[in-house]
Amino acid sequence: MIRLTDVHKQYENGTKALKGVRLEIADGDFVFLVGRSGSGKSTIVKLITGEIQATAGRLMVNGYNLRDISQKQIPLMRRTLGVVFQDFRLIEKKTVEENLEVVMRAVGATPQEISRRIPYILGLVDLKNKGRQYPNQLSGGEQQRVAIARALANNPSVIIADEPTGNLDPARSLEIMSLLVKINKMGTTVLVVTHERELVNRFDKRVIAIENGRIISDAAGGGYYNNGR
Amino acid sequence: MYHIRDGFRSIFTHGLMSFASVCMILACLLIMGSFSLVAVNVGHMLQELEDENEFLAFVDENYTEDEARALQSRLESITNVSEVTFTTRMEAKSNFIGTQENQNMFTDVPNETFRDRFHVHVVDIEQMEDTVEQVKQVPGIADTKASMEIANGFVMLRNVASGVAIIMIVVLVVVSVFIISNTVRIATFTRREEIAVLRMCGASNWFIRGPFLVEGVILGLTGGIIAYVAQWGIYRLIQNSMENSGILDIISAVPFSNMALVILAVFLGVGFSIGAGGSAIAIGKFLKI
Repeated sequence: MIRLTDVHKQYENGTKALKGVRLEIADGDFVFLVGRSGSGKSTIVKLITGEIQATAGRLMVNGYNLRDISQKQIPLMRRTLGVVFQDFRLIEKKTVEENLEVVMRAVGATPQEISRRIPYILGLVDLKNKGRQYPNQLSGGEQQRVAIARALANNPSVIIADEPTGNLDPARSLEIMSLLVKINKMGTTVLVVTHERELVNRFDKRVIAIENGRIISDAAGGGYYNNGR
Repeated sequence: MYHIRDGFRSIFTHGLMSFASVCMILACLLIMGSFSLVAVNVGHMLQELEDENEFLAFVDENYTEDEARALQSRLESITNVSEVTFTTRMEAKSNFIGTQENQNMFTDVPNETFRDRFHVHVVDIEQMEDTVEQVKQVPGIADTKASMEIANGFVMLRNVASGVAIIMIVVLVVVSVFIISNTVRIATFTRREEIAVLRMCGASNWFIRGPFLVEGVILGLTGGIIAYVAQWGIYRLIQNSMENSGILDIISAVPFSNMALVILAVFLGVGFSIGAGGSAIAIGKFLKI
């Protein structure tokens, strides 16, 4: 579960990115976080992943209080999250399987666990036959599916996808979003940060809208964009 | 195993920088080793010189032989004196005549021309000058004769070699750490995306550090092993050429085999430290949460 209570964030250059944000994402939710560039979406993601600290307020992520978290606990907290980036961030010199293997090894998975789980996850994202290929041999949509597979590798309770369709055409974007919905139906909480109205409107999901560092709307069923904003 | 595999892979990815790092460590260790070996050999020669080293203390000519002999215990009590041997003026005369070509010319020389004397052996050649001064202060000792130039020359050579070795070691270790840290810095820079992903998926700092430390250590140990072989070759080459030129009849060199294990251990230890230290410096900033 993710809970932000009156969270403020002011950067060193004086920019106030968040001004009293309050939101809660329960286990099993599927949430779109939408807003224009500079509205504070990325700041929320960075706060949740522990890359930056809030200036004020309370932030709980999967049982970890990020205001008091120690440096040693941050990697443990991150193991409860899976992050998908807009630019995929796959390791070009490793095969698809190796890209998954490295993140599993990083959290201490045994070779047996790795060899059991990788085929399962690749099957989940429909890339069972691409395990031996390198990222540059795959299409953009396939690379993003590898990135999702990597985010799932350590069986996190929350997937955070930061503009996951930003580099994809509409058809591939729909595929990726459908895949995230499928993962959510299997029990994983999903937070998708996006500014793609068309895509958000295709799914009947909760939409949290942010503008100038404040939550301006939090509605189920794509309410924000459907209200014509 | 994973870290070792990754470390090796990274070395070949940045082949040129890795090569430069190994060369730098090699140069560092060779220069350090060469100066140290010069110091060790000079020290060895000094030891041999000390074993043979002595000076003469002449007894006042007004002293009788018994009075002169009585001075021996006084001389033996001086610090740094290891052994004192008495020679009468008659023995000195016959020794002198024995060294001359035309011995008949000297048979009529009166015994009084020579003085009773002591052959004084010293423990530490570096303190020989002080010891000579102390012997001169003993009542009954009229004069001394010592070859200070050779002793001082060896002492200076040993001190210069040791001093230069220390300075070179410090300078080259700093340069090597800098080069190897730059090599690893390039490796970390090209892999920053990978590091960012690993951090985001909850990898511990040690997991991220592992391949880079392995890379640095492999470079350091490789430099150490090559330097050891090269040092051995250079030493044997110099030893052989000294043997051929006959210098070794005068001075003696310490056999490489006597020092081989120590040199190998020092080279591997220094290589390991430079490699690990350089890597640790380079990756520090990438590990900030």
